[in-house]
Amino acid sequence: MSNASGWETVIGLEIHAQLATNSKIFSGSATAYGANPNSQANLVDLAYPGVLPVLNREAVRMAVKFGLAVDATVAERSVFARKNYFYPDLPKGYQISQYETPIVKGGAMLISVDGAEKTIRLTRAHLEEDAGKSVHEGFHDFTGVDLNRAGTPLLEIVSEPDMGSAREAVAYARAVHTLVRWIDICDGNMQEGSFRCDANVSVRRPGEPLGTRCEIKNLNSFRFLEQAIEFEVRRQIEILEDGGKIVQETRLYDPDRDETRSMRSKEDAHDYRYFPDPDLLPLEISEEWIRKIQNEIPELPLARRTVFLANGVALPQASLLTSSRELAEFATATMSGNTDPLLPDVANWITGVLSARLNDENLDISSSRVTPRQLRGLVARTADGTLSNKLAREVFDAMWAGEGEADDIVARRGLKQISDAGELEKICDQVIAANAPQVADYKGGKEKAFNSLVGQVMKLTRGKANPQQVTDILKRKLAI
Amino acid sequence: MHTLTLAELARKLRAKEFSVTELTKALLRRIEASQPRLNAFITVTAESALAQAAASDRAFAAGTAGPLTGLPLAHKDIFCTRGVKTSCGSHMLDNFVSPYDATVVEKLAASGMVTLGKTNMDEFAMGSSNETSWYGPVKNPWDLKLVPGGSSGGSAAAVAARVAPIATATDTGGSIRQPASLCGVTGIKPTYGRVSRYGMIAFASSLDQGGLISQTAEDAALVLGAMAGFDPRDSTSVETPVPNYAAELDKPLTGLKIGLIKEFFDKGLDGAVEKCIREALQVYEKLGAKLVEVKLPALPLSVPTYYVVAPAECSSNLARFDGVRYGYRCKDPKDLMDLYKRSRGEGFGAEVKRRIMTGTYVLSAGYYDAYYLKAQRVRQLINQDFKRAFGEVDVLMGPTAPDVACSIGSKASDPIQMYLNDIYTIGANLAGVPAMSIPCGFVRDLPVGLQICGPHFAEAKLLNVAHAYQKETDWHRRIPAAFKPEVLS
Repeated sequence: MSNASGWETVIGLEIHAQLATNSKIFSGSATAYGANPNSQANLVDLAYPGVLPVLNREAVRMAVKFGLAVDATVAERSVFARKNYFYPDLPKGYQISQYETPIVKGGAMLISVDGAEKTIRLTRAHLEEDAGKSVHEGFHDFTGVDLNRAGTPLLEIVSEPDMGSAREAVAYARAVHTLVRWIDICDGNMQEGSFRCDANVSVRRPGEPLGTRCEIKNLNSFRFLEQAIEFEVRRQIEILEDGGKIVQETRLYDPDRDETRSMRSKEDAHDYRYFPDPDLLPLEISEEWIRKIQNEIPELPLARRTVFLANGVALPQASLLTSSRELAEFATATMSGNTDPLLPDVANWITGVLSARLNDENLDISSSRVTPRQLRGLVARTADGTLSNKLAREVFDAMWAGEGEADDIVARRGLKQISDAGELEKICDQVIAANAPQVADYKGGKEKAFNSLVGQVMKLTRGKANPQQVTDILKRKLAI
Repeated sequence: MHTLTLAELARKLRAKEFSVTELTKALLRRIEASQPRLNAFITVTAESALAQAAASDRAFAAGTAGPLTGLPLAHKDIFCTRGVKTSCGSHMLDNFVSPYDATVVEKLAASGMVTLGKTNMDEFAMGSSNETSWYGPVKNPWDLKLVPGGSSGGSAAAVAARVAPIATATDTGGSIRQPASLCGVTGIKPTYGRVSRYGMIAFASSLDQGGLISQTAEDAALVLGAMAGFDPRDSTSVETPVPNYAAELDKPLTGLKIGLIKEFFDKGLDGAVEKCIREALQVYEKLGAKLVEVKLPALPLSVPTYYVVAPAECSSNLARFDGVRYGYRCKDPKDLMDLYKRSRGEGFGAEVKRRIMTGTYVLSAGYYDAYYLKAQRVRQLINQDFKRAFGEVDVLMGPTAPDVACSIGSKASDPIQMYLNDIYTIGANLAGVPAMSIPCGFVRDLPVGLQICGPHFAEAKLLNVAHAYQKETDWHRRIPAAFKPEVLS
């Protein structure tokens, strides 16, 4: 994407999604977050002499599931390789990853920014193990090592440099985030590090070859991803416009100062000496297993969004509803069938009133106190004119408080909207008779006086009068 | 009783001619008496051995004893043994007490065998003479000035000196067969994947294989069955059923086709050793076997191939020894880099460092294709050579080592000469096929080994072929003079 100063930004992302397996990728240790340091590290994780890795089949299944969900090629044969470097949080002195032959090749994600759709191609996705953590707080003169995370399965999802702005990068990252949660392979918890992004950023003049890139590591929120890329693009353009050169390097984003800082240059880069791990046989995946996994894949966000759009839901709401599988399932459960004329209203209720309430109470959709069935009952009563918007809100609050179905609440509280023309005529006549000055004002051209008359009708009916009908009747009766 | 083979011991224990405790005590005494001269052991586990012996005696009394109950053995100090120092012959692990048992250790203990101790070895199994051990060289029982071969020199010397009837060992490039040859005992390196590597400290993962050093093929057959088999903790172990090795020992050899590896009878082979081997082959002819010459043209490339692949894997396998979690840690490290450099610099010996450096080099950017990748391609060619050969013949035979044992120190400063010791053994590791060495005579009063090699999972055939020879000859029953019962009780 070309900006005002005539520069084009090129971005590729590497996303590390922690796979939601119960145990580690090469050992039987648990993967739960937040346990006491080193309480989830066994002899394999600690790299004791003589121990060997055994691949967790569940991690493979999840990687295959991802590959199928993005229309990629799932390799029938892939190879685990050792990435060699020394660090205290890397007990074996190498990380088991995949290098030349990853499990997933190719694939694509569709993103939309400001209503415009764009396809982002994936290069690959491969399985690897996470490292442990160095702990600096609470120790004097030395560093603690917590190996609970060591060996946690990761899927590294690598995109082509297909994104042209920070917003596109965020849209892509969000789409991947939605997808991995949607297909149940990652909990997506960014604060706990279950989903982290590295951004490769470069700039160039349109039409020129790719510029030198910098990699910004470990961005663990969408906001930081956007800010880091924006800063980095500005930094690179400034250097180039001052006649300088970009040095290929790894940078870290400091959110407190909103800037990226050099971590290590290409010259300091490790020679990882990758080679196939002789402790693990090449990973072979049968077509039969792939077919089985294919059958486990639920309808994907894009397909579900298409259904919502076909039912008349507006694009922003349809996108919101498909931002998580739980929301989409909730909306679908609220529908009466595959096609539902009420769906646009349902969508508005979920993305509006319900979402706001969930937000206020810090709940997610799975903890909603209003069930899909209840919500559908409420929407049906607004659609058939039984409830005004105002009354509907009252019913919603009652439902939230546990008072049951919409019809019961309406009956119990006597909230049914008065739409009976004869009854409304009588009430309007009473109001006109009792408010001569306002009637005179209105007839004299004061529009405001009309609202006051409507207000009087509503007051008399305790808000239950159908406001449209009241307006029509009063206008007719006061017609000059 | 210590000159008896394992099979004889088993019969006599069942006949209650002596108890397991008596046998164990006798062997522990003998180990202690031989240790100053032989240095075959790094750790002797007398206390636990006697406890296991007592338990075995109770099993005999109760009638619950199995075929291996009470039979003593020693483990090469590369196998992790719970609660016992497992040093791998290295200063790096001198303080390492393993918290777990290797699968091999676990299985043999479960079969009722009594562990006498842990045998000396070249540091991290890197060496062909046992001179690289942090615990000093093992001596060859036939002549204490000579090397016993390596890296399983302690296991070979212990069995040759009859201080242990059988010992586990490992073979990455000949580390079972070459010391077996030099010490006049029987050694078997099974097919890669036949015996679990879990708990066997890795040198070169794609080549390492656990096996046995014993007096006879019959003894090896008894124990191998209990040791072999698929292990879910080792992804490279193979799910092929384990046959009853002992049941196939006595099959006649009529019609057996023996391939003589042309490339092995070359100018590097000592003339007297060659004569010994040719005489052994005549014994096989008498037993009804046919001799055919076969060519394995890629085999002469096995030494350079091995010295790329093995160091590459070892440079990565040994990265875990960093002074952080266990093992040697330097005094007062200044910072992380100092901790790494000095812990590894002080903890590893010269040969280990040489191989780590070689391996790091061949995996480096810009060299990977020229060395590591090329070596993998040659390995494929060697594989194909063996496959083709086993299409023509049942087993391959030739010398195990080019010469008899050399004196301690004579080759220690010349790594190339040392590496050439393994010239005939490395091919089997690269191809993953099983191979044995059996005693077949003496040259200058020192033992010579005949190597027998078979296709994948042909251990039963190898043991059968070896056993047939041992029924005809008595080379395997010779005992070094200094360790005869009348000299060392």
